[in-house]
Amino acid sequence: MTPSEFEFLKNFLKTRSGLVLSNDKQYLVESRLLPVARSSKLETLSAVIQQLQRGTNRALETEVVEAMTTNESFFFRDKTPFEHFKDTMLPALLESRASRKQIKIWCAAASTGQEPYSLAICLKEDAAKMAGWRTRILGTDLSNEVLEKAKAGLYSQFEVQRGLPIQLLLKYFEQKGEMWQINAGMRAMIEWKKLNLLESFTHLGEFDIIFCRNVLIYFDQATKTEILGRMAKALPDDGYLVLGAAETVVGLTDAFKPVAGKRGLFQKKQAAQATTGSAATPRLAAGGGLGLRR
Amino acid sequence: MKQCLVVDDSSVIRKVARRILEDMNFEITEAEDGQQALDECRKTMPDAILLDWNMPVMDGLEFLTSLRAEEGGENPIVVFCTTENDVAHIARAIRAGANEYIMKPFDREIVEAKFQEVGLI
Repeated sequence: MTPSEFEFLKNFLKTRSGLVLSNDKQYLVESRLLPVARSSKLETLSAVIQQLQRGTNRALETEVVEAMTTNESFFFRDKTPFEHFKDTMLPALLESRASRKQIKIWCAAASTGQEPYSLAICLKEDAAKMAGWRTRILGTDLSNEVLEKAKAGLYSQFEVQRGLPIQLLLKYFEQKGEMWQINAGMRAMIEWKKLNLLESFTHLGEFDIIFCRNVLIYFDQATKTEILGRMAKALPDDGYLVLGAAETVVGLTDAFKPVAGKRGLFQKKQAAQATTGSAATPRLAAGGGLGLRR
Repeated sequence: MKQCLVVDDSSVIRKVARRILEDMNFEITEAEDGQQALDECRKTMPDAILLDWNMPVMDGLEFLTSLRAEEGGENPIVVFCTTENDVAHIARAIRAGANEYIMKPFDREIVEAKFQEVGLI
């Protein structure tokens, strides 16, 4: 693929899907579009792009957009992390932070906002338990463009149909022409900041939960280790780190340990050790209320 | 194998939906309007119904209301699938007993996401 072909593809994807493709994503393009090329009986990526440039192959255009945006953020992506949030993290924090009544959450790869908004929806849905609590959700991303979109909270019909139950759409969104906008109250729950994870984030302060899903995969091992180390410093001992379903800390850092039976959920090593012993009792005690839902 | 009744007056939509749902391991029956769908349900209650709104003879909403009044008619999980994409229509469908709602145009991922939402897959 030549630089001008890559440039064309970038613009094409941006206009068609809002996907912002940075220049270092050439490998991503290849891994996603080679299967499309094969299934369309085209020999090379250049051939695919030439077809796109001609603008006559609608089916191929759709396939390319879909192949490139499949892993784009969507509401309640992967479900499980949000179940962990409601069933594990929130109950623990509501207990341990009872005197402070404050919970701080950081979405470190907020992208177009679906993850922070999904968390805000979880909190609203649990409003009774959250009464009197202050919650702060910070969404950060490398790209100003995606953050602008996140801030606006404006999503296409396509985007709101992936992962968002229809009742929640009705409850929290307003229809704006062809688009759907999450309501002002929800938008006010989240603060947005531009941040490159490669740079220091000590100025953000401490958090109780960090969501950092499917972003470390873009970094090399040493950088992953370094970022995880700094994230450990931004969390108290009983804080939580949430990684993507296919991500792990094994072999990367000693700072975190997986929480047993909770895929993608991690705690700092000292906390994980401390809670394996003592967590049994409070969990049983709290189990009455939570158990009913199972 | 779970059964899904696809109700749409467009044979193209029925075909597209059938292909997607068969890949999701559903056994498919089809109906062209609400009345046909109701007849199908009286023969065998399906596990799921993918339901268009605007159809001749009997529309999707009328079908849904009749279905929910039938014996065993509360069981099928009903997912609307329609170009009616405004809040008022969606709210009416939910009040009438729809479990989920797909706004056309749809694709495989949306159908999968919605069916997952209501516990069908």
